[in-house]
Amino acid sequence: MHEMSLMESVLEIVEDEARRAGASSVRTVRLVIGELSHVEPEAMAFCFEAVTRDTVADGAKLEIERTPGRGWCLDCAEEVGLSERFGACPKCGGHKVQMTGGDELRVAELEVE
Amino acid sequence: MCTVCGCGQASVEGKAVGEHDHHHHHHHDHDHDHDHDHDHDHDHGHDHDHVHDADHAHEHDHGHVHTHAHAHAHGEEVHSHDHDHGHDHGHGHDHGHDHVHTHDHDHDHDHDHVQDHDHDHVVVAEGSRHYGGGIAGVHVPGLSQDRIVKIERDILSKNDRLARDNRRALAEKGIFALNFVSSPGSGKTTLLCRAITDLKTRFAISVIEGDQQTSNDADRIRATGVPAIQVNTGKGCHLDASMVGHALGDLDLAENSLLFIENVGNLVCPAAFDLGEAHKVAVLSVTEGEDKPLKYPDMFAAADLMLLNKSDLLPHLDFDVAACIEAARKVNPRLEVITLSARSGEGMEAFYAWVETRAKLAARAH
Repeated sequence: MHEMSLMESVLEIVEDEARRAGASSVRTVRLVIGELSHVEPEAMAFCFEAVTRDTVADGAKLEIERTPGRGWCLDCAEEVGLSERFGACPKCGGHKVQMTGGDELRVAELEVE
Repeated sequence: MCTVCGCGQASVEGKAVGEHDHHHHHHHDHDHDHDHDHDHDHDHGHDHDHVHDADHAHEHDHGHVHTHAHAHAHGEEVHSHDHDHGHDHGHGHDHGHDHVHTHDHDHDHDHDHVQDHDHDHVVVAEGSRHYGGGIAGVHVPGLSQDRIVKIERDILSKNDRLARDNRRALAEKGIFALNFVSSPGSGKTTLLCRAITDLKTRFAISVIEGDQQTSNDADRIRATGVPAIQVNTGKGCHLDASMVGHALGDLDLAENSLLFIENVGNLVCPAAFDLGEAHKVAVLSVTEGEDKPLKYPDMFAAADLMLLNKSDLLPHLDFDVAACIEAARKVNPRLEVITLSARSGEGMEAFYAWVETRAKLAARAH
């Protein structure tokens, strides 16, 4: 599963930023994972502990913020909520919906000491 | 090595692919009878990036930041020392033969000395120490202050940056690169062998083969007479931009040539990893079921072209071609579709025309 790969990338960013901040340990890692992104937050959380062991983030807490899926419906000409990446418009049922948000995948902030 | 990927060791035909990443973590704990606690944390981060192109550019990144925090508590007296050393070295050398060296040093040393003559509660867990139970508890001011570090960095940013480097390197030589993705057994390698045999009189062609194990596919490609590099991802479920970047260094790609990258057979993970290709081409065989694009939407959304392969088998199956294309367009309205058979050759010319039109646009004019 690529969640493990992604967690490795998260750790790389965390180690890099913790070093830059002169931190001795990381207490909390906050991620933003959009509801339409292609990762499972549960799988990410599962990998987090394995990946951070014996690193600056050993024992850190993982917090995941979900952002809702958003899309622009061409037929309704307005922004609508999306529950699936390629789902239909909840207003008109059409499929001419362009995803505008909810596929975020980023490290938002760290709590360090 | 797959740097984005924690999935295991990757090798290029037995040769280790190196990114130079060294992490040293030293942890010393001393406990003396008279209640002195010393805690030393050393973290050295060295990052080396070697990029060799026509001009030889070398970049070295050594991160050294020194931070010393000393806190002494003697009864009522509290001494607190904070030392911060930052070193930054920048060297620029320019030799006649165009070598650029950049050195950045960042050292990170963290020393925490806590001398406690009272009976205090220090919780020592493996690899970490907690004094006074955190913010609400009692702890020496100035020491271990929690801070929030705002980052907002994309998790895939490293892969995306390497993919951009690959894309730039390919564009400079006018190379048209395609990333073939599919589930295992869709007929990617057979399709590539046929396409190479038919196209090699019109283009110089090279191939990067991605598989977890074996060089069987690269051997099949080489039998057609074109150079191929096998990348074994080990436990990895996809190729990433770093692997492709290393393979590009090993292949001497001709100007205005074609590069076919055959990804690991997997309809999930390769969708997220940009390799620097011009287009992802999803190969779906008619023996797989017409609802595959709905079951694995990410891959079909990431692709620009879908090749519906093994069409020679259609008379023996209940496969509904129109329903399959409709399902694919539901997840990607712009997806182009070509139905073909690598075995019988039916439809292959339409694919060649698609390639040729775009390869000519990518080629550098002379």
